[in-house]
Amino acid sequence: MKKKFKHIYDKFIANRICILALLLLSSHAALAQPTPNPDTSNWFLSPGIIGTIVLIFIVLAVVVVIVYIRLSTYLDMMNHKAKAKKKLTFSEELIDMDEAEIDDILEKRKAALKYRLTGRELGSQETANDTKGIVSKVTHEPENPLFDEKKKTRLNMETPVPLKKIVIWYLGASIFWLVFGTLIGQYVGMKFIWPEMDTVPWLSFGRLRPVHTNTVFWGWASMAMIGLGYFVIARTSNTVIYKYKWAWRSWYLINLSVLIGNIFLLAGINNGGGEYREYIWSVAVLFMVGLIYTFRNFYKTVANRRISDIYVSNWYLFGGLLWTITLAIIGYLPNYQDGLGETVIQGYYMHQGVGMWFMTFTLGLVYYYLPSSLNKPIYSYSLGVLAFWTQMLFYTLIGTHHFIFSPLPWWLQTVAIVFSAGMFIPVVAGTTNFLMTMRGSWSEISKSYVLPFFLVGVIFYFVGSTQGSFQAFRFTNYVWHFTDFNVAHSHMTMYGIISFLLWACVYAILPQLTGSEPKQIFVGAHFWMAFIGLFAYMISLMIGGTLKGLSWIDGKPFIDSVILMQPYWVWRAIGGSLMFLSHLVFAYNFYVMVKKKDTGTQAETAALKSVNI
Amino acid sequence: MFNFHKDHKSLANTALFVFVGLSIFIAVVPAFQMQETKPLPSMEPLTEQQHRGFNIYIAENCVSCHTQQVRNIEMDNAWGERPSIPSDYYFSKKRMDVWRQSPSILGSERTGPDLTNVGKRQSGEEWHLLHLYNPRTVVKESIMPGYPWLFEEKNEQDIAPDDRVIPVPASFLRHPSKKIVATQQALDLVAYLQSLEQPALQGDGTAEFIASIKKKKATVSESEETGNLPDGTALYASTCAACHQADGEGLPGAFPPLAGSAIVNDENPETLIRIILEGYDTRPEYGVMAPFANMLSDEEIAAIATHERGNWGNNAPAVSPQKVKEIRKLIQNLKE
Repeated sequence: MKKKFKHIYDKFIANRICILALLLLSSHAALAQPTPNPDTSNWFLSPGIIGTIVLIFIVLAVVVVIVYIRLSTYLDMMNHKAKAKKKLTFSEELIDMDEAEIDDILEKRKAALKYRLTGRELGSQETANDTKGIVSKVTHEPENPLFDEKKKTRLNMETPVPLKKIVIWYLGASIFWLVFGTLIGQYVGMKFIWPEMDTVPWLSFGRLRPVHTNTVFWGWASMAMIGLGYFVIARTSNTVIYKYKWAWRSWYLINLSVLIGNIFLLAGINNGGGEYREYIWSVAVLFMVGLIYTFRNFYKTVANRRISDIYVSNWYLFGGLLWTITLAIIGYLPNYQDGLGETVIQGYYMHQGVGMWFMTFTLGLVYYYLPSSLNKPIYSYSLGVLAFWTQMLFYTLIGTHHFIFSPLPWWLQTVAIVFSAGMFIPVVAGTTNFLMTMRGSWSEISKSYVLPFFLVGVIFYFVGSTQGSFQAFRFTNYVWHFTDFNVAHSHMTMYGIISFLLWACVYAILPQLTGSEPKQIFVGAHFWMAFIGLFAYMISLMIGGTLKGLSWIDGKPFIDSVILMQPYWVWRAIGGSLMFLSHLVFAYNFYVMVKKKDTGTQAETAALKSVNI
Repeated sequence: MFNFHKDHKSLANTALFVFVGLSIFIAVVPAFQMQETKPLPSMEPLTEQQHRGFNIYIAENCVSCHTQQVRNIEMDNAWGERPSIPSDYYFSKKRMDVWRQSPSILGSERTGPDLTNVGKRQSGEEWHLLHLYNPRTVVKESIMPGYPWLFEEKNEQDIAPDDRVIPVPASFLRHPSKKIVATQQALDLVAYLQSLEQPALQGDGTAEFIASIKKKKATVSESEETGNLPDGTALYASTCAACHQADGEGLPGAFPPLAGSAIVNDENPETLIRIILEGYDTRPEYGVMAPFANMLSDEEIAAIATHERGNWGNNAPAVSPQKVKEIRKLIQNLKE
């Protein structure tokens, strides 16, 4: 039976490969045996490298545009204000005049023609008096000329109190993990420059690195996503959450798994070092059960919806949860993980962890929060649906591109490379959808403190994902695999895409729930420090990683590549510090948004309670 | 039936089952197939000590910086004689215990060197122990963390006869009066590292590296035109400097200096070449040197010897590949 199955499967694979071969056309030979080492003398002319450089310039261009729009709107506004003021004063004066006054002016004008200075004009003792009421506001503190004032949010959305509490507590926990996780990341980054910072076993590099990655994955991003998801599910189903209790249970379970998991990692107990599944299964089970509770809750809430359609956001939230639960089960079941079986699963798991969980779920959030903060519908519902199914199809098949040229079967590697290119479809569909939604509202960007986060996140979605596809190409993989370039890529995506979009969602919803806005200057500080920090981080490791790869290809001694990386690691640490500081500012902003106001809160809460029960 | 916009049940079911189907096709079935490999005849299971060391290797998460896969491309030639194959992992990639799965030793980052063949490349126990205590004792620019908690600091009088004392240079000691003694854990870990060697393949030609077009051309033209040697400086840096140091001064108490050495400066290079080919273990005050006959070609050995004889104040004539070839033959004859 097993043999027969194997035979059928092999035949199936053979057919599959034939199709792929047709797709590849020219590289038929590549299937049997990989082609030789490419010529590196013109490495910068390789399509993957050029593509990546172009992508980075896209981000730069967008930033330049944001800055330009900001500056020019600000200058315009100043000009405009001054002109308007002048006009207003003049026209009001004209209107207010009667015949006698006009005569008076004419008389004065005549007199003025003959007028000569007396020499006593300055230094009069009379007090200033706005007899015509033209000045509307007197201030001793003119507007701070460095920071543009943004629109206030429409405050106070009617939301059930328990739901508010869930969103706030999920976000609160996520921010704790963000600050903790990036503090560790920052410390680990500094160890590249000072490897002898400490000699404590619990703080050694090997143990701390997975603490950083797992904390920001399962602590920060996952908690923030689920918290924001609860609001979307209730809102778009026009109903209340099925069971608040389940939300709390999964809150405890997930936090507990991150807490225990990290303590274990620090103590040297890990699941064998496979990235992102370093927590042993008994810890991961807590997380998994948390996800199952969340899914059940979401599903039941959607089932109880009071509108007939299921909004596209909820597709993504369902997909994200279902796929991740499947993924965790496949990733941890032991039956097929001896020998290189584990490596196949590792490629599948680590890629899907990012693609099916963080990316899918966050896209779902964007499909709600972006249009809602622009106060208009999503550009194309169908594009959203197309992106959903292609995301599932293409993302799932490309895990092995983390193991190109490895001893894994070549057909797996080929499928991964081909479908990596296929990833352009969902990425382009998603990006187009978001940008077209923003179209016509560009001026809103300069007036809002939420939209710049969305814009940067969406641009990184395109740039980061496309760059990832380029990285799977043969030549670029040759140069970049195993180097620090990978680290740059994962920060470009997990930070540039996921974190920026999550921040956008948080700033979009939280003030509406709590009724308090963060100080705009601090939101701006968060945005710019995170962005500049990320850029410094990314660019330094990309350049360093490329040089490292080229040095390896040239057959230079390994230690040369360590020495050449030193300045780039310093720049990485500087960028990382900025990113970390921005998280402290974010934590402060969160505190301002959720702290209880002295007056009004009680009465308001009571009123809401009576409405929603 | 499949109205996903209105029917949450069919939406969730479709998303779940298609994904499960794809996952089985792309991950589960290939994983089942991949674990059906058998070990090569020349492979041996890890000894108990090596296994204990392997557990420390995983607990300290060495895999986050060190790969153990020689890819089928020319640049990975530096890390093994042939590309890795699934059988290579037969004994090491097994479920560790109830709690921990088969370890991910293939790795995804090469922040440090690949370790597939480190037992062959770097065979001395002394070197490994020094390097583990503080990598900067042997490689000045290394950024690897030290593992001093695998060692004990002892007073001179407390040292037992079977204690393994490590000759750590004084500048790296926290308490200059004390001696550094390796714990059993350190010895286990080193035993594991020393066991890392690519097992021999039966037959030949099946797993050649994909050669570089560029390099091939370069070597052909070089040997035709000038008969130049490969780059001795680079070869010395990647093969010899870890012990004898980049400045040729060695490390007192562990590795002898080459600068000013009588053997290196000898007009007749025979002894020097023999040491490189056969290894060296006659001076108790220094660590053991591994033989390099199987790892380096005649041209490479000639280049290294020439580099050693013309630097750091040394001044002896260059060595030709023919000379190395002669001596290699001589040794073979002696053995037979």
